[in-house]
Amino acid sequence: MTRFAPASDFRRSADDTYQLAYFRFSPLDDERYVLTNQAGEYLVLPRAVLASFVKHELPSNHPAYSRLRSRQFLFDASSNLGRDLLALKVRTKAKRLENFTSLHIMVVSLRCEHSCPYCQVSRQSEDRSAFDMSEETAEKALALIFQSPSLAIKIEFQGGEPLLNFPLIQHVVRRAEEINQVAGRSLQFVITTNLAVITDEILEFCRQHRILISTSLDGPAALHNANRPRPGKNSYELAVAGIHKARKALGHERVSALMTTTKASLSQVRTIIDEYVSLQFPGIFLRPLSPYGFAVKTKFYSAYDVDRWLDFYFEGLNYILELNRIGIPFKEFYAATILTKMLTPFEPGYVDLMSPAGIGISAVVYNYDASVYASDEARMLAEMGDKTFLLGNVHENTYAEIFGADALLDPIEQSFAGSVPMCSECAYEPFCGSDPVFHTATHGDFVGLKTRSGFCNRNMSIFKRLIALMESDVATRELFLSWAN
Amino acid sequence: MLRLSGFAASANIEESAPRAALRLVTSPTGPNPNPNHDAYLFRGKTSDPGCQWVVTFEEHQAEAEKLFSDRRLIVLPDYFSYLGEGDVIRFAPDRKAVRVLFRKEANANYFLVTERCNHLCLMCSQPPKDVDDRWLAREIIDVLPLLPASTPFLGITGGEPTLVGEDFFEILSCARDHLPATPIHILSNGRTFKDKAFAQRYQAIGHRRLSLGIPIYSADPEVHDYVVQSKGAFDETIRGIMNLKAVGAEVEIRVVVHKQTYEGLADLSDFIFRNLTFVDHVTFMGLEITGFTRANMDKLWMDPYDYRSELRAAVQYLAAARINVSVYNHQLCLLDGSIHQYAKRSISDWKNEYADECASCSLRNRCGGFFSSSSLARSSHIAAFQ
Repeated sequence: MTRFAPASDFRRSADDTYQLAYFRFSPLDDERYVLTNQAGEYLVLPRAVLASFVKHELPSNHPAYSRLRSRQFLFDASSNLGRDLLALKVRTKAKRLENFTSLHIMVVSLRCEHSCPYCQVSRQSEDRSAFDMSEETAEKALALIFQSPSLAIKIEFQGGEPLLNFPLIQHVVRRAEEINQVAGRSLQFVITTNLAVITDEILEFCRQHRILISTSLDGPAALHNANRPRPGKNSYELAVAGIHKARKALGHERVSALMTTTKASLSQVRTIIDEYVSLQFPGIFLRPLSPYGFAVKTKFYSAYDVDRWLDFYFEGLNYILELNRIGIPFKEFYAATILTKMLTPFEPGYVDLMSPAGIGISAVVYNYDASVYASDEARMLAEMGDKTFLLGNVHENTYAEIFGADALLDPIEQSFAGSVPMCSECAYEPFCGSDPVFHTATHGDFVGLKTRSGFCNRNMSIFKRLIALMESDVATRELFLSWAN
Repeated sequence: MLRLSGFAASANIEESAPRAALRLVTSPTGPNPNPNHDAYLFRGKTSDPGCQWVVTFEEHQAEAEKLFSDRRLIVLPDYFSYLGEGDVIRFAPDRKAVRVLFRKEANANYFLVTERCNHLCLMCSQPPKDVDDRWLAREIIDVLPLLPASTPFLGITGGEPTLVGEDFFEILSCARDHLPATPIHILSNGRTFKDKAFAQRYQAIGHRRLSLGIPIYSADPEVHDYVVQSKGAFDETIRGIMNLKAVGAEVEIRVVVHKQTYEGLADLSDFIFRNLTFVDHVTFMGLEITGFTRANMDKLWMDPYDYRSELRAAVQYLAAARINVSVYNHQLCLLDGSIHQYAKRSISDWKNEYADECASCSLRNRCGGFFSSSSLARSSHIAAFQ
């Protein structure tokens, strides 16, 4: 009869003391702390357990011990894998950086037939020469785009209303496809449009070239039309008709919608979500109002503070969880992005939640007037008169000059969350990012003071809420995991 | 249960003759005749292909002895009567021992490469022996060319198959040359692959359908090491998997669920997704009541019904993480309904059975049923779906 050794024979020796790995901890609520390791894995522990852990007093038979070890919060003699596994995971999270810029935004026209008060940039003008991108500028932008090392290239046409300069879109799509025959990238196009001026001809072109449509939908008709005035007061009707038409031409999943939150939205998050559900969208991105452009000029941004927006957001999130519980699968996309960071080994690459900051690295803007900006928000800031993030001009500068510009490298370096005061020791940093454009707009520097940062307040509140929800309910955790992947 | 081993009723071969691997043929013109290994399977009608070996059953013994007096004749007892064209048996003349090595009709055929192992798993179904059995690997190298190229699946098992070293690679090269389209699944503890060069050599074999099934029993190294009874096993196995995935090999992680492992399933799923997210498949397996499991019933056995919530959570976690996940060796009536879709009919046909309760079950055709050995310990929650 073979003798089997007892479990105790496989435990590390009693005099082995564990070593603390590098990790961060921050309070979740009055009793509990969130701990994160370098790869962004988290554990929630009661304060007393955390205290005994950091004092090297946590006994091996404590239920938290094994979990701390398998998530590499501690190293001991039972295994020497921890550092290698952590290194592998940190490399995986950072892998996106080597691909560099994948999203290339081309502002083909600043003109628009809408006159939305919250809009950051648009012009009501017939003057094509002043506000449309020229073919020469587009050619130069294309040449820069294909110098990006990224294997995947997404060209997003923005405005204004980009369809007001549709001939240029056609030109760019055809030229990009031509260039790509040699370049061999995974190439994708998106048109961001209010759909008011969409035609069958345009849709046929989109179908032939597999172009995605991203539109604006702020909620039910009254809210949408109040937010988005246009001649005829029929923005909503045109958008919904356009969504149906575009889906029919291109396929249901090739049409997406984005909402903008205004003061009027705050009291009606459920009806906004219902609107998205009834139009059969897979989810909604409950967006905060940005502090840029006309939004500030028209005092919309100060009309409500972050806390009021958070009430709106959490009410919406709760409602979406309710919908899922009764069998209606529906996502909140901002939460889904954060959950990807929390619950998976991967980095979603969302520009506003990256560190190093996503400006330039993840997305870049070629403006109608040939100027290049570090992000969509950066060109909006420029419209307010602050050209901090102007990287160059497609006619005057080379790829190396634009992407090596101090105007890009300085803010990325200075705002790196791993070394920024208050971020560097924050347990939520792996889920967060640095947004030097936001902080320049609101605080006048790349970093900002985190205690007064709307960005920090908003995101920290969301991180804590998401973790608290998962800790309190296994079903929510499982639902969130499906959102994350 | 089919009997895969036994003894010949009689044989006219001298006891000192070497053991032989024999492919049964019934017609004179097989696809690739092999005079050293082909044996005529005689069932009373002669279409004698002229093989030097003849295999028959007791009912045809007299006739066969008359017809084939000049041949090497093996007479098998009736419990082997399921054998047919294309099957391969081993015959050891000294004890007249017969073992079925390959059945053409089987849903899965496994070749045992060695009985040696560097683990001593509490629930091992094939208890290791520290013997010199290098002849087993040589035999496989002889047998692989005898198999039909259309073989749908082949398993390589042990013991720990990588312990035979050079022969391990020779077996795989042989499979690549003779069975290039057959998926080959190797059950290994993965530790040998901690050596990067070994992993590279494995991948360089170039068989396109090669995969490894490697066990991890816990995210806690001390628990894993205890279950496999070998200190340091966890680290070596994980390193092996990392090296294999680094060279692009296909790896399945196998988790046997029992009393020592069920509480850690959630942490293990999390560990796999966060650290080994690149694996190709994760399978949760039910206990087979055979081998060491019988000696360790007190440490291992629990009613699968009692771990159904842990198993459900682990499976759904990995499924949500978009990892290919399966449940093997479990009856559907013991699984939470939400994970029925991941349950596979995984038990080899020769030892696969159903209980009396199953007769009226509406899901019987989708259910994997039981191991034959399950009669020794069965859940008290077996119930037919209506």
